[in-house]
Amino acid sequence: MAVTIDDVRHIAALARLGVDDARAASLVSELNTILAHMDVLSTVDTSGLDAVAGIGAFAAPLGADLGPPIPLVRPIESFAPQERDGFFLVPRLSTHEDPEAA
Amino acid sequence: MNGSAALPPESGAGALSAGELRDAVARGDVDPAAPVRAALERAAAIAACDRSGLNILLYTDADDARDQASAVAERGRRGAAPGPLAGVPVVLKDNIATITLPTTCGSRILDGYVSPYDASAAARLRDAGAVIVAKSNMDEFAMGSSTEHSAYGAARNPLDSARVPGGSSGGSAAAVAAGLVRIALGSETGGSVRQPAAFCGVVGVKPTYGRVSRFGLVAFASSLDQIGVFGRTVDDAALGLQVIAGHDPLDSTSAALPVPDYRGAVRGAMTGVVIGRPREYFPDDLDPRVRARCDAAFDALAGLGAEIRDVSLPHSRLAIEAYYIIAPAEASSNLARFDGVRYGLRLEGDGLRGMYEATRSRGFGGEVTRRILLGTYVLSAGYYDAYYRKAQQVRGLIARDFARAFGDGVHLLFTPTTPTPAFALGACAEPYDMYLSDVFTCTANLAGVPALSLPIGRVDGLPVGGQLIAPHFDERQLFAAAFALERALGAAAHR
Amino acid sequence: MTASSPPGDRYEMVVGLEVHVQLATATKIFCRCSTRFGGAPNANTCPVCLGLPGALPVINQHAVGLAVRAAQALDCTVRPSSAFARKNYFYPDLPKGYQISQFDQPLAVGGCVTIGTRPDGSPVVVNLTRVHLEEDAGKSIHDRYPGATAVDLNRAGVPLIEIVSEPDIRGSAEAEAYLTVLKRILEYVAVSDVSMERGSLRVDANVSARIRGESALGTKTEIKNLNSFSGVVRALEAEFARQCAVLDAGGRVEQQTMIWDSASGRVSPARSKEASHDYRYFPDPDLPPLVLHLEWIDEIKRAMPELPEARRERYRTEYAMIGASIVERLVASRAVGDYFEQVARQSADPKAAANWLTTEVPAALNASSSSLDQLAVRPADLAQLITLVNSGVVSHTAAKQIFATMVATGDPPRRVAERDGLLKVSDDDRLAAWIDEVLAASPEEAARYLGGEQRLQGVLVGQVMKRSNGSADPKRVNQLLAARIGR
Repeated sequence: MAVTIDDVRHIAALARLGVDDARAASLVSELNTILAHMDVLSTVDTSGLDAVAGIGAFAAPLGADLGPPIPLVRPIESFAPQERDGFFLVPRLSTHEDPEAA
Repeated sequence: MNGSAALPPESGAGALSAGELRDAVARGDVDPAAPVRAALERAAAIAACDRSGLNILLYTDADDARDQASAVAERGRRGAAPGPLAGVPVVLKDNIATITLPTTCGSRILDGYVSPYDASAAARLRDAGAVIVAKSNMDEFAMGSSTEHSAYGAARNPLDSARVPGGSSGGSAAAVAAGLVRIALGSETGGSVRQPAAFCGVVGVKPTYGRVSRFGLVAFASSLDQIGVFGRTVDDAALGLQVIAGHDPLDSTSAALPVPDYRGAVRGAMTGVVIGRPREYFPDDLDPRVRARCDAAFDALAGLGAEIRDVSLPHSRLAIEAYYIIAPAEASSNLARFDGVRYGLRLEGDGLRGMYEATRSRGFGGEVTRRILLGTYVLSAGYYDAYYRKAQQVRGLIARDFARAFGDGVHLLFTPTTPTPAFALGACAEPYDMYLSDVFTCTANLAGVPALSLPIGRVDGLPVGGQLIAPHFDERQLFAAAFALERALGAAAHR
Repeated sequence: MTASSPPGDRYEMVVGLEVHVQLATATKIFCRCSTRFGGAPNANTCPVCLGLPGALPVINQHAVGLAVRAAQALDCTVRPSSAFARKNYFYPDLPKGYQISQFDQPLAVGGCVTIGTRPDGSPVVVNLTRVHLEEDAGKSIHDRYPGATAVDLNRAGVPLIEIVSEPDIRGSAEAEAYLTVLKRILEYVAVSDVSMERGSLRVDANVSARIRGESALGTKTEIKNLNSFSGVVRALEAEFARQCAVLDAGGRVEQQTMIWDSASGRVSPARSKEASHDYRYFPDPDLPPLVLHLEWIDEIKRAMPELPEARRERYRTEYAMIGASIVERLVASRAVGDYFEQVARQSADPKAAANWLTTEVPAALNASSSSLDQLAVRPADLAQLITLVNSGVVSHTAAKQIFATMVATGDPPRRVAERDGLLKVSDDDRLAAWIDEVLAASPEEAARYLGGEQRLQGVLVGQVMKRSNGSADPKRVNQLLAARIGR
């Protein structure tokens, strides 16, 4: 199951990581080197095993439908890269630019 | 090559244990401002005496530290009961959110970010009267085992500045080793407290998954992450963990269990205690000098009355592989929030997509980028079952091995913390070589069990760590054994 | 078979709907920020719903309870253990870079909705695939600032359920019927305010076309941006027509996402920059499994409010005097039925109550474009008005006028009647005076009536009623007028 340069470009796009051609080529070999070590896992018989790890077997706690929320000691404008009238601003995108917006 | 820098000698309040200092503050013998000032002065002195700098701390704020110390003193004057860490200076790893001092995870992408809320662990330290004096250097987003992968420069080992302090919590381990503070917080995902504790010759404890709230710990791999504590001694570490342990309603994976008294676990003999010696952690090619130190520790434990029993944890040999699938997979999702929209770095590009890519590709370093891509790959369509699902199943097998060992009458396990002492800066050129330094530690993260590393001697002047592993939520037994072993080894632990 | 015949003659429209419903909680699903609609941008946010580094989710118990109730109302099987998963994608209003949703272990599976009856009497049933919990995203505003998109995260983390139907819906009329019935059920069990205007009910449609008589499904497309039931109908017809044209031309329908533009009435493909979606779902490690105690599931079931079908049956027996079509209108919404029942009980006149609830009340709501819960007239006051009519204190005519004033002022009926002089007048002297005035004002009709043209009596009574502002007792006016011509 070797990683190809197209795979690297695909996952870099999914992860929104700009990767140039030279870096993509070196990543192919880096990832393949690491993944080659992982192939040992495929030799383990795990049939009939749960995929969930043995830890954290407890159930999720449920919180009351009641405020107050966790306060911010500093307002949004103190950390927002670009803010106006309380909104976060980002470069304009047309309404349906990205079909991933489900 | 030995790059050891002569550290300035410790004196005054800095030489007291955390508990002794707290008691002195509680009695009114010591003004909380004094130890805080001493910690910052020592940090400055160390920076000044080593030309390259150990680069242990990323952020300090003397004014803020002084204000915190005055608040503690004021609480005392008003007659409030002194907290269990009253006036004790502490250092926090740079991935634990604090409302004073930046929280940047050693990454450029969070350059300048100051959290608008406190992590639960930070809040508990403040409530206990501790003074947060600094945020410490770390591998970017805790990805690394050497603190070389920090956007703010590599940290160095205070015992030998040509060597790494370990990682990813290298800065916190080094801060304790260099005598800046007696207690520091780190975080673990695969050994990031125990491994640097071993490399720096201090005590490092990773509690059971769920014992300490993760709320405010910037996530690397959520199912593995856990805040841990460094102490100069077992008692320092026990006191630190005592304060931050316990249920937190803000973390759904936090366990609603009572916290026993860890410092009270101290006891002399270990009669009736069965210590397992898992053969997979003593491979044939283990450095014989490390093996010799472990054998000496086993002798000491046996001398205290413990029974040493050979056991097997057969699936531990698959731990690194499972770990390096699960951790990057979760990281690829956890690090998606660093997108330049709401906080942290933003770099402009072509439209929104360009902004995302410019921000993330230049905000993250090489190791983080590699792991995000690895994690994205193993979760992506067509590969999930072969990698992520398989790794989680193997994780289940690893956890089952521990449960069986503990179910068969073994109370604790003892292993070397790392295969080797601290390596030289730049020694691990291949990512996978670096990954191997987690080989003995990441199993406890995968199984969720508590583990502790303490110094058990030196090799060529470099500390060697021994690791104790206990069943889920049995930190008290972990500390009991650590107290006993620490006392039995005495000065030999640092020779 | 010709190309000019309507596509529905040759092809069958196959539809599956995904309905997102906002749950009526006070706080968000994973943090305790308010879910209140409106408010200053990003006012209802905290470290958790801003996706700040280190923040963690905690599940809102009430959101789970409402989701379980909704699932039970839809006959789903609630699973004692379900799990949250992360759906990973980048969008500026998705703060964490992933949505916490449910994937391979949803809260509930199965279930069905009966949307009508076939001519042969058999029910038309739409089966459900699943109901799961998830968090809403924030809001991106594209037209407020030049060159920038503004992001408001007040809605981020608001609890939703997604109700996914099987592709059991045939045609746009069935789609509309399904949505109507579904919305009614959700309103009955009070899990949501089910307002499309406020975005608390949103619909995505999967639609495909196949030649009539075939059993295999055609390639589907997904239509997004559907913001009204009529929009769903129009969009389905438009997309179906487009698919039929493609098929007629010998082409193949491409599986893709379509965007509905209600202004132009057209669907167009969403611009796609990536070949395929790859959401990299995996179990959210921040949230252990959602384990529901069977006692709690049972308790929610026992406390289930009455569902529309049960209420319809009850009305048919309890209020046998009311016609079937009126019953249908009374059960159309829980609010109307609840209101009706209070008025019926307090006035002891279900027929009158039903009459008011299907005539004057909806007219008043229409005139002010408001909903029943905003109506100033409370059920007790309407019941009293009916009692005033039945006991002869006010006339039917006056009652309508009194009601209009009650709508405007919220005052109780007797006070309105007294203040506006609308109490029924049976006093012969005052009635005689009005009759004299009417006869004097219309001398020609008066002459003809008094001359024996009896059929004019009705007209004259009407004029007396008008002159008395509706307060004259019409029965007595008739008697007095008849007496004038010696009858």
